[in-house]
Amino acid sequence: MTYCIHVPSDTTAKALGADRVARLVEFFAEEHKLDMKVSRNSTRGLYWIEPLVEVDTEEGRYGFGPVKEGDIESLFTAEFWKGNVDHPLALGLVEEIPYLKRQERFTFSRLGITDPLSLEDYKANDGFKGLENAIRLSSQQIVDAVKESGLRGRGGAAFPTGIKWQTVLNVESPKNQKYIVCNADEGDSGTFADRLVMECDPFMLIEGMVIAGLAVGATQGYIYCRSEYPLSIENLNQAIKTAYENSFLGANILGSNNHFDLEVRMGAGAYICGEETSLLESLEGKRGLVRAKPPLPAIVGLFGQPTVVNNVLSLAAIPFIMDKGAKAYADVGVGRSRGTLPFQLTGNVKFGGLVELAFGPTLNELMYDFGGGTRSGRPLRAVQVGGPLGAYLHESQWDTSLGYEEFAQKEAVLGHGGVVMFDNTVDMSEQARFSMEFCVAESCGKCTPCRIGSTRGVEVIDRIRSGENVDGNLNLLADLCETMVDGSLCAMGGMTPFPVQSAMKYFREDFVKSTVSTANTEEL
Amino acid sequence: MTTPRFVTWEPSIAQTIIDEFKAKPGALLPLLHAIQDRFSYIPEDAVALIAGALKLSRAEVHGVISFYHHFRTKQPGRHIVEICRAEACQSVGARGLEAYAKSALGVQYHQTTADNNITLEPVYCLGNCSCGPSVRVGNEVYAEVDSRRFDELVNSLKTERVEIL
Ligand SMILES: Cc1cc2nc3c(=O)[nH]c(=O)nc-3n(C[C@H](O)[C@H](O)[C@H](O)COP(=O)(O)O)c2cc1C
Ligand code: SF4
Ligand code: FES
Repeated sequence: MTYCIHVPSDTTAKALGADRVARLVEFFAEEHKLDMKVSRNSTRGLYWIEPLVEVDTEEGRYGFGPVKEGDIESLFTAEFWKGNVDHPLALGLVEEIPYLKRQERFTFSRLGITDPLSLEDYKANDGFKGLENAIRLSSQQIVDAVKESGLRGRGGAAFPTGIKWQTVLNVESPKNQKYIVCNADEGDSGTFADRLVMECDPFMLIEGMVIAGLAVGATQGYIYCRSEYPLSIENLNQAIKTAYENSFLGANILGSNNHFDLEVRMGAGAYICGEETSLLESLEGKRGLVRAKPPLPAIVGLFGQPTVVNNVLSLAAIPFIMDKGAKAYADVGVGRSRGTLPFQLTGNVKFGGLVELAFGPTLNELMYDFGGGTRSGRPLRAVQVGGPLGAYLHESQWDTSLGYEEFAQKEAVLGHGGVVMFDNTVDMSEQARFSMEFCVAESCGKCTPCRIGSTRGVEVIDRIRSGENVDGNLNLLADLCETMVDGSLCAMGGMTPFPVQSAMKYFREDFVKSTVSTANTEEL
Repeated sequence: MTTPRFVTWEPSIAQTIIDEFKAKPGALLPLLHAIQDRFSYIPEDAVALIAGALKLSRAEVHGVISFYHHFRTKQPGRHIVEICRAEACQSVGARGLEAYAKSALGVQYHQTTADNNITLEPVYCLGNCSCGPSVRVGNEVYAEVDSRRFDELVNSLKTERVEIL
């Protein structure tokens, strides 16, 4: 019989040595004259045990991890291909690992199970069932289902997806052309869920975009993916090619009269191009300057035509909704946050990775029950949720329930679900300085509070950090933050103050200490 | 580790690329990527050709190139080493790694080592945030990079690694 061994192939597993592990397993299999096949599946997203090597057994997949190069020999000595064997890296049945078992994997149900580029794998695991259902419905019925699901945009602003789609469906396109644009810019530090969709389950995104096209009458889609994600772009392009060859894209999709074309476009290293109007400018081949709204992109979008702009995770949630039903999605969650959010546990965390859960548990549960506290073993001190524009949360706020409104009440944002943990060696005045510095580097430059304000912000924080008129400068910084919040055109300048203000409010002691190290803070 | 195979500037190659892309809607970004992927940077002469083909002014093309961090107008070193300086990596020591890398290589960001081997660049997140500090060389990402691993990485870039296995 052929033994089947799975070694993940996503960027992080590779960064931890998965490619070499896969090659070594093949090499040893040959040495041992074993009939062994190494498949490169996607990652489970349990990064503390990557590279996670899985073997097929009758009871299910057995896991070993984290497997380093030096472990392969002993794995072969223990005859790991039999599954349940005595080896220090043995993890038992992978599906029984509590970290995985306690998740609610709606969107990421195939994560770690399938080969990302295998259409057969995708179809064998409910793939394209949502599209098959959608193709039998009218546009309005699809939009209604998305409304009923309660899905809100996962890219940050949490705007109801169904309502956005309704707007695009209703509006007449002057040129009879509408677009679906997938925002795959994922620039937030502490996030990688979009990357996982694209690298590990690209057909799911394709399916979601085709359904969006059916829903609003768009025949052209673009995925705008950041240049930092070359593997995402490669896998998407492969999957798109396969989808065209199998009638899931192009003319007469699945034998119907529907048409949808899809293309991947690469960004060029600009955070602001994640902002939807800046993204559209960039797609049109221009500088990524933010457009004033209104008009909304839903009405005047790409090349002036009505356009749906949705985050990867929003579009990736659609196949589940159209397959399992809007109610199945809406049934879980808390308050007006329905369905699931793939949280990304990152930074100084012991058990980092992807945790897809229905909205509702607390940040503490996520960071301790799943994350296991800090990697350094030191006490946790600050947590930034929602990317570089998100507030830093203090211990007194960690029992907040994970939901959009629940976070807003704490002057925080959930954003794209990225959770970045810091231990007690963090210097919060340095983090505040970085927030301003990031805005200097990434502002599109269109408005003064953001462009100039951020530069002034860095200077003021430098004065505070060197102990110069600390109280006066803290007041100045508070004023500056208010000006940026009130006077900026988009959330880049409008939210950069959030991490700064939260740092000043909850970690004030880091600003008022007399001597601070200014090492490593030189200008870019 | 694969060394990118860049070709030296040659207008006819650039023209072929331009012809391939110019009819696309929003052609400029994919076109600039293709030019940089082939020549390792976007030469001044290419700007003129692109502007002509897309009916833009050279200033407009320059404006686009300068807006994006990814595009460069000067030839880089043989390898581009990018260090993540975003928050998740900061929380596990990226600041120390940055300082170490600069002193070990003897360059600041955006500079190239004297032997023309390495250009050092900052990057804001590689999506490897659970396993930082993260470094990217070409298309490969490396996880949990400390000063020792950084040295190993840099050493492996000095010599073309022979793949034994
Ligand atoms: C500075 C800035 C950066 C943003 N970056 C992203 C991003 O990387 N990905 C994303 O989907 N949305 C990002 N957004 C939000 C988008 O503007 C937009 O709200 C979103 O793409 C809409 O899709 P959704 O409704 O599916 O969330 C960003 C917004 C701002 C202001
Ligand atoms: S707030 Fe900043 S990024 Fe947003 S439009 Fe103004 S200058 Fe551009
Ligand atoms: S913050 Fe460094 S990889 Fe994301």
